[in-house]
Amino acid sequence: MKLTILSPGPLTTIQDAGRFGALGKGFSPGGAMDTDAMVLANLLVGNAPGVGVMEMTMLGITARFDCESVIALTGADMSARLNDSPLPRYASVPVHPGDVLSMKAAKNGMRAYLSVAGGFDLPVVMGSVSTNLKCALGGFQGRKLKAGDELPLNQSCTVFQPRRVSAPEDYPDSIFLRVLLGPQDDAFTEQGIGTFLGSEYVVTDKADRMGIRLSGEKIESKNGVDILSDGIAAGSVQIPASGTPIIMMADRQTTGGYAKIATVISADLSRAAQARPGTRIRFVRVTEAEAIRLRREAEKKQKQLEYELLYG
Amino acid sequence: MEEVRFLPCGDCALTVAFTQEIREDTNRKIRYLADKLQKAGIHGLLETVPTYCSLTVYYEPLVLPRKKLEHQVLHFLSAYRPDTAEKKRVFEIPVCYEGEFAPDMEDVCQLTGLSREQVVQLHSGVDYLIYMLGFLPGFPYLGGMDPRLEAPRLDSPRTRIPPGAVGIGGKQTGIYPLASPGGWRLIGRTPAAIYDPHRAKPIAYEAGDYIRFRPISMEQFHEMQASGQSDIREACL
Repeated sequence: MKLTILSPGPLTTIQDAGRFGALGKGFSPGGAMDTDAMVLANLLVGNAPGVGVMEMTMLGITARFDCESVIALTGADMSARLNDSPLPRYASVPVHPGDVLSMKAAKNGMRAYLSVAGGFDLPVVMGSVSTNLKCALGGFQGRKLKAGDELPLNQSCTVFQPRRVSAPEDYPDSIFLRVLLGPQDDAFTEQGIGTFLGSEYVVTDKADRMGIRLSGEKIESKNGVDILSDGIAAGSVQIPASGTPIIMMADRQTTGGYAKIATVISADLSRAAQARPGTRIRFVRVTEAEAIRLRREAEKKQKQLEYELLYG
Repeated sequence: MEEVRFLPCGDCALTVAFTQEIREDTNRKIRYLADKLQKAGIHGLLETVPTYCSLTVYYEPLVLPRKKLEHQVLHFLSAYRPDTAEKKRVFEIPVCYEGEFAPDMEDVCQLTGLSREQVVQLHSGVDYLIYMLGFLPGFPYLGGMDPRLEAPRLDSPRTRIPPGAVGIGGKQTGIYPLASPGGWRLIGRTPAAIYDPHRAKPIAYEAGDYIRFRPISMEQFHEMQASGQSDIREACL
């Protein structure tokens, strides 16, 4: 049971919910950038929400199945086809031996996710199958996929069940991200915080799994941005000496020595993950209570979907 | 009791900030707190990252409200008494300070005015406290380097530093567990596998432990590497 990669795309890796438990030893958590899309991809094929999926960046794969299975595609629309027919996103699709999945560049958004029923049969390293490129750890041989790779698939109950959820709206080229100020907002002047919340930033082409670098107005600090290194959470908005923000994402360093003016709330991280170079971003300050409410809502929605898809 | 500040990092992480200076006693208190929190079985607490003078706690806010977490933190801190009898764990790391493994040794000698022998003696003559791990898996931020060894970082960083390289960067010294770009001046290399993802413990040491560098010859380096006896081990004390 395997999936053979014919054309890998520029950055295709296996990612799950992340590698936790060793942040304190300096291991980045990794995991899918757009966790919402990863969870849906899994639920659509009857997997648990955090099973390893394939994350494709900007350009999708071409690959051949040698077995019966069920797959689902979520995230960015990469004009997928199965053999000669368009393949619907956000739906479970049966595949047969010899079927070829082919994908193109993302029409909008940045990352697409492919799940297979039962998941990929890859070794769990330190609790996760996520690929950590820096450490050549996890995923498929610790690296991004290349042509000729044969990804083993787990046996699963491949009885096809049609499942479908409505795809989220297209990823717009102008988004807002909600933030809580801190942990080091006090390192910045009132004007600096005003700049951060009041101006528009643009995603540069230096946006990767580690961080989304933005260009735009420089943010004024009181006495520089160097701090004694402390922990970096997902969504931390770091302001390095250049004065323009970097949103720290899945492959971020666990600690760092630049002041962090704010943190993107958990409910908005998946949206940030789909922001491609050129996307315009505005940061909107919310209260912690609002952030928690949004997280609760998102969790409720996921549980509901899980129930509907698996038992509905 | 020392005042701590609670700095929310979004809705799922909280940094507990102590006095922002590098001090051994503060760092010890941070590790005590991390240990207590992790062993207390607090529902919704995910993990902790100790750093120089902060502890970042990851939690699930829908299970563990931040105020409750803060309350727990204060509770443990109020009961804190420095443990003077704490056992010191020292990891001995063999380092070859010679030849190709020490490409910046001459520069360091020039910058510090010390001889090669003095550099090796000073560098290997102390037990370094691991204040925190970060930057790379197992990259130790060490305290205790002799100020006479201070040497500025390279003007332009190397694009690739090999795993096991030992360097000096300003007031700091450390060891690169895996290949990485970096700007520290390299004065030695260890044959020991600092990082091995297939060991039960991919990184043997943790924050709060000590590292001691033991000088070895080029011959010993190659012997250790060839024999595979290159795991680092806890020094017998």
